[in-house]
Amino acid sequence: MNLYEIIQDTKTHYCLECGKCSSICPISRYDPQYSPRVMIEDALFGFEEELIHNHKLFSCLTCYACQLKCPSDVDYPLFIRKTRELAAAAGEHGDYAHSGTLQSLVGLMARSSIKQRRFEWFSNSYRTSESSDVMLFIGCSPYFEPVFEDIPVRTLDIAEASLKILNSLGIEPLVHPDEKCCGHDALWLGDMETFRILAEHNAAIIKESGVKKLIFFCPEGYRTFKLDYPNYVKLDCEVMHISEFLAQRLETEGLRFNEVKKKVTYQDPCRLGRHLGIYDAPRKVLASIPGIELVEMEHIREDSICCGTSCFTNCDSYSKQIRVGRLVEAKATGAETLITSCPKCQTHFKCAMVARGEEKGPEVEIEVMDLANLVANAIGG
Amino acid sequence: MAEFEPQIIAFCCNWCTYAAADLAGTSRVHYPPNVKIVRVMCSGMVNPIYVLKAFESGADGVLVAGCNLVDCYYLDGPVKCDAMFAILKKLVHILGLEDERLRREMISASEGVVFARVVEEMVEGLKKLGPAPFKVKKGAVV
Repeated sequence: MNLYEIIQDTKTHYCLECGKCSSICPISRYDPQYSPRVMIEDALFGFEEELIHNHKLFSCLTCYACQLKCPSDVDYPLFIRKTRELAAAAGEHGDYAHSGTLQSLVGLMARSSIKQRRFEWFSNSYRTSESSDVMLFIGCSPYFEPVFEDIPVRTLDIAEASLKILNSLGIEPLVHPDEKCCGHDALWLGDMETFRILAEHNAAIIKESGVKKLIFFCPEGYRTFKLDYPNYVKLDCEVMHISEFLAQRLETEGLRFNEVKKKVTYQDPCRLGRHLGIYDAPRKVLASIPGIELVEMEHIREDSICCGTSCFTNCDSYSKQIRVGRLVEAKATGAETLITSCPKCQTHFKCAMVARGEEKGPEVEIEVMDLANLVANAIGG
Repeated sequence: MAEFEPQIIAFCCNWCTYAAADLAGTSRVHYPPNVKIVRVMCSGMVNPIYVLKAFESGADGVLVAGCNLVDCYYLDGPVKCDAMFAILKKLVHILGLEDERLRREMISASEGVVFARVVEEMVEGLKKLGPAPFKVKKGAVV
């Protein structure tokens, strides 16, 4: 694929240069050097070299805020993804956060067939079954735990909460010991080779296990399986986010929760919200828990603001400014807890609250919690 | 078929372990030639990514060695190294790699014999384990 084809594919040539993308872009708000409009302009002028060697190419959060506002319906995030493929082929990559540990782990996972020890955290208090119709995708959570232990983020808590929820609904899900990273980061960083290996592997193990429904607690995995996998592999099962699944069950089975007294606000993760249009399901789940008072932030639903980093790349001071801005907004609602349904949103918000190497303390402190954890608490026992 | 010769990458701190490896050489202590030394200024700078990259590039085992806790040139290098090594060990464990492929040692500048012994032990252990299970990334060479 060359730049001309990318322009054709993403309807970039319809650009009116109105600059709506740059005015809505959360990065452009803080970083004067980053502008989606200028990137598009570079592409249209045929400045391919400048574009693929532009360091800011990897700054885009692919949060889809611009795409929803574009009057010409230019698919800017897809344009970025495809251009990153060109850049990656030319040996370019962004600045990896955590020195690239996470990207390297994904690569090692893809290029080996060893048995991972993914489930040593697993306690016997949860029921799972190897012949279940439902599978819970755990994804990269076990790897996040050691990397982010200083923040501290407990991603496996979300996995355990999800298991608890499914168990309480009478479902004994399959948790597959051989699953690998969904390949979301590899795909959005332009590393197609790694993505293909991972997609083929995951599709194969899912086909072999014969599950009918795949449940995610991570919107990134959900998006990748739902929108990206069908372009590369055949997947014969329904995919669902845990909040969607819960909302569905609320209707059909009339679930009842215990009372949890809390004033909360909700962060729409971009992959779940703008990418897939799921705004109501998590809110419905929140509304069904007695004692929960949901107060909305200034920017919600389609206008929600991203948590500041994607793919653990180009995480800089602007990313932190985006996060702090969002946390200030959350705090302004008077809520005591910020609920999100993405482990990565949680990681990024918690990271922003830890002041590293700075003498001043954290600027904004608010409890950040995953929706699955809140629901698990409401189930009790 | 020739016997499997493991490749070991050793991250050695400039002040202690690198000097120890040097001492092993000048004192004519024999040790297997399977080890490739990467000199770093301090073992505290060995980020998990260094070790993961070594595995990516085809290493079968990795040794991270530096000063003892009491005689670090930069005072608290080994403490930092231990903290990072703990994270690394957990990651590599989840990845499914045998714990023996990674080794953390504190070898002071006068312990050339210890360095030779550690390398010998590692080579012996890795010969039993066989090659690391990762396909080498394109373009990477050890």
